[in-house]
Order: sequence, then C-alpha cells, then structure tokens
Amino acid sequence: MTANVSVLARKKRGFLWTSTLTYGVALAVAGVSIGPVIYAILGGFRSNAQINEHPAGLPNPWIWSTYGSALTRATFWNAAGNSLVIALTTTLGVTALGVCAAFVLSRYRFRGREGLYTFFVLGLLFPATAGILPLFLLLGNLGLTNSYFGVILPQIAFGLPITIVILRPFLTAIPGELEDASAIDGASKLGFFWRVLLPLSKPALVTVAVLAFVGSWNSYALPLLILQDASLHTLPVAVQEATRAQYTQDTAAILAFTSLSMLPALLFFMFAERQIVGGLQGAVKG
Amino acid sequence: MTSVTQTVDPADRAIARPAGPRPVQVSKASRERRKWFEIIGLTAPAFIIFSSFVLLPIGFAAYYSLFRWNGVGWPHEFRGLYYYFGEYGALRDPVFRSSLRNTGIVLVGSLLLQGPFALAIALLLNRKFRGRAVFRLLVFVPYVLAEVTVGVIFSQMLQYGGPANSLLNSLGINTIDWLGNTHVVIWTLLIVLTWKYTGFALILFLAGLANVPDELSEAAAIDGASWWQIQRHITLPLLGPTIRTWVFLSMIGSLQVFDVVWVIASRAVRGLGAGSVIATYMVDNGYTSHLWGLGNAVAVILFIISFVTALLCQRFLLRRDVDGALSGRVS
Repeated sequence: MTANVSVLARKKRGFLWTSTLTYGVALAVAGVSIGPVIYAILGGFRSNAQINEHPAGLPNPWIWSTYGSALTRATFWNAAGNSLVIALTTTLGVTALGVCAAFVLSRYRFRGREGLYTFFVLGLLFPATAGILPLFLLLGNLGLTNSYFGVILPQIAFGLPITIVILRPFLTAIPGELEDASAIDGASKLGFFWRVLLPLSKPALVTVAVLAFVGSWNSYALPLLILQDASLHTLPVAVQEATRAQYTQDTAAILAFTSLSMLPALLFFMFAERQIVGGLQGAVKG
Repeated sequence: MTSVTQTVDPADRAIARPAGPRPVQVSKASRERRKWFEIIGLTAPAFIIFSSFVLLPIGFAAYYSLFRWNGVGWPHEFRGLYYYFGEYGALRDPVFRSSLRNTGIVLVGSLLLQGPFALAIALLLNRKFRGRAVFRLLVFVPYVLAEVTVGVIFSQMLQYGGPANSLLNSLGINTIDWLGNTHVVIWTLLIVLTWKYTGFALILFLAGLANVPDELSEAAAIDGASWWQIQRHITLPLLGPTIRTWVFLSMIGSLQVFDVVWVIASRAVRGLGAGSVIATYMVDNGYTSHLWGLGNAVAVILFIISFVTALLCQRFLLRRDVDGALSGRVS
C-alpha cells in the first residue's frame, strides 16, 4: 500500500514538472525549426532599407511589391514548371519500375532472387554525389545533357533502391490466398498483379511516390551540372542563381524568391506528411 | 473485370491449395519459360536503368581518373595513378586534405550534435501532449526544404550585418564573421546542417520510442526505478536499432554533403580549403575547372570511402538488427 501511494505521489509531482518542461522544450524546438523559415517569409515583405537597419525586425510597413514582382517574373514560373515536369516524370518512372521489380522480388521464387535484391540494395550504399561527374560525361556522350531526361533518368536510377526496399516487404505481406483465389478465377500472375496487388498497395505506392517527388523537387547538384540552359533550370538552381547575378544586395528580393520556392515543398509536405514520415519509419524498421 | 484471356491449367484448379506458404511450383517447361519471361521483363527496365546510371558512372570514373583529359572526345593521355598520388594529385593537395578533414568534421560533428540532442528531446517529448501533431509537422519542416533553400536563407541570416549577428550583439557577444572567417566557416556549416537534420533524427527516434511498450517502464517504476534508470536500462536499449539505423544514414549523408556547402561557402573560401568538402572539391576541380582526371579521381576516392564506411556499418552496427532485412525472407 505504501509503495503504491509513494509511486502515485511521485508520479503526480513528476507530472507537473515534466509537463511544463515538455511544453517548454517542444515550443523551443518548434520555434528554432521554423524560425529561419519565418525570417525568410517575412523578409520578403520588407524593404532592403528596413532589413539593413533592423536585421531581425518585423515588416514595417508591409511591402507587397517584392513578392508581386517575383511572382510575375517569368523565371519563377519557368523554373517551377521545369521542376514539376522533371519531378512528376521521375516519380512515375521510379514508382512504375520499382513496383514491377519489387513484385518480382516478392512474389516469384527463382534462383538468384536474393542476389538481385542485394544488387539493388547495394545501390543504397552508393553515394549519389560521387557519381555526378562521370554521369555528366556519360550523359554528354549520350547527348542527354541540357535535356529533361538527362536529369530524369539518373534520378529514377537513384530512387530505385529505396523504392524497392520499401515496396518489397509490403508486397510480400499480401496473403498468398489472394493470389490463389485470383488464379482460381482464371487470372494469370500478371493479371493478379495488375488487378489485385496494385490497388491493394496504394498506401505504399503513395509513400514511395511522395519520397521520389520530394527528392526530385529538392535536387540541386544534378540539375546544376546537367541543365546548362537558363530556360531549363529547376527551382533550386534558379534560387541559387538569383542570389548571385543582379541581386547580391537585394536581400528582400532574394528572400521573396526563396520563400516562393519553398511554398510548393511546404504545401506538398503538409498534405503528404503522414506518408513521408510513415515511409521513413517503415524503411527504418527494415 | 474484363474477360480473362488466359485459362488456368485445370490441373491447378483442381488441386486444393493449403493455406499459408505457397508450395514450390512443380513446373512444366512452358510455365517455367513464361515465369522467366515475366521475371526478366518486369525487372529488366529497373535493372538496366540502375546499372547504367548508378553503377556504370563509377566504373567510368575509375577509368577517366587515369587520364589527363579536357572532357572533349575520348581521353588518351594516360597518367596512371597520377591524379591520386602524383604531384598535383588529390592526396597531395592541401586543399583536398582540408576537404577530407572538413568532411570528417561534418560526419563526426553531425553524429555528436544531432544524435544526443535529438535523443534527449525525444525522451522528454515521449508522451502525449496537446499539439503533438503540429509539433511533429513543424519540427520536420527543415528536413523537407531543399538544402539549397536552407543554404540561401542561412547565408542571408549569417551575413555580417544580418540578424544573427545583431542578435548576438544584443546579448553582448561580438559579431562573428560566419561566412568569411576561414576558421569559422566549417562550424557555420555544421550548425546549418544540424538545424536541417536534427528534426529528422528526432522524428525517427520518436517513432522508435513509440514501439517501446509502456508496461515495461510502468513495471520498472513500480519497482522503484527512477526516470533516468528507466531510460538507461529499458528505453535506450530498445531504441538501439533505430539509433543504429540513424547513425548509418547520417554518416552516409555527411560524406556526400554538397548543396549547403556549395551555397554557404563561397568559391573563394572553398578554394582556400576552409569550407571545402569532398563533393565540392570534386565539382570545383572537375566540372568547373575542367580537370576531369582529378575530378574523377576524387569521385572514386569518395566512392571508396562511402562504400567502406557503409560496409563497416553493416557489419558492426546493423548486423544484429538487419537479420533478414537484406536476405528478405519471404513468407
């Protein structure tokens, strides 16, 4: 009896103390996490004079024209369009090729299956960055530099390992009875794949697609090297370009442009947060 | 469902299939052939693209690194291992050595800064509290942003007359030249990278903690264990696999860091070796300066370092947890 009471008492005391600490820490961490982001967004609403005088202040007055001109300037929409095309195609490619490979690796039995899986998994160990130089040369030989596919194909290639690693356990877990049932109904294995397995795998497919999309959207090094024409630049590259060129001292414009480029990623993340985090956690659990 | 074009072999249909693991197919020749056709057909695209754009380049890099070449046509000035060990080779270049050192600082620093910090916060926040979902969202934002975006924002914030310094001044601390001082730059980079990736570690750890059963800690509490004792003897060990996985991911990422460094450390600073990492050295010398032999040599070096690190991780860190993950036992 005494033991229980003392435990309860300690729990009660502990709870109050830890509760304040919990909220305090949570607030601090969240604040630091979005602090710079808020700075960038607000910075776009200030004039350069304001920024130089009070580097860490609030907009006073609020200036809308910087964002306005950033939005009307063609560079932004051009770059966003390029990013979109590349990201969508990459996502489609990775998801399609990945699910086909994962399907074979999970629902067929054949000699060399584990070897093939390890082959793809090794790709996770491959540093993507180490390959961009020779990749640039290789793409040059193939005539793919300065083209969308010069970026899309390598991105698909680099995205395949994580895609297969995430999809394979998922596809494995779908019961064999479903396959038997569809066989009894007269479907071939491929028919089962197309009509039963794929619809059932939607959650995993969405996760994989989201990861591929975000990865492609944020990619910088590869587009930087491959896409030389300014008209083909993706958003991250355009952002970096904007900070050099004519805008070195125009902090407000830089911040406005950068904030705009953040928006798609942030919005996308808000809608797909559960998939991204869940997918990562699932991949972590192996 | 549209009509099926294939009929099932009546022999299959008639056999009552047992529940559970499918029996190994006794295959007729044509079924076997068709099976292989499907296997190859479905995996070939992935295999080809993967091999061509991931594996092949590394092979080419090794080849190109043996030549002095300006990138046009095909290399023919054979130099052997000159770009690795020669007079102007990578390993003799003090700037490259700085790059190696800086990459090492990033690697170790990331582990030491992000890990314990994220762990401590995760332990403290491992309970239901109001706004937990919003918190998770906000904390993950840095990870979702492009590294370039992060780099641009911070290089604005850390400018000599910028908000970071004005904040320091208001606290009575001297202004720091975050971006220009060659001794400070690498630590600046470390801070930015910590900001970007701690949230990621935090989310992973929180997820791992969610798998630790409450009953264990409650039982220990009833037995009189303090909060710290519980963490040390129950929670942390159970969090082991997650932590080890994160260490692996963090190390591989640190070795390849490029975008943030490229944006924050200017070309001049990098040229002095102060803010250079392996990847930026590679691009600065290979792509920008057209020293393709040197650039590719560095690519090969980076590859070897990463690969060896990954293998060591697999062997010593992850072996106990990965049982089955690489072999992928299929039910």
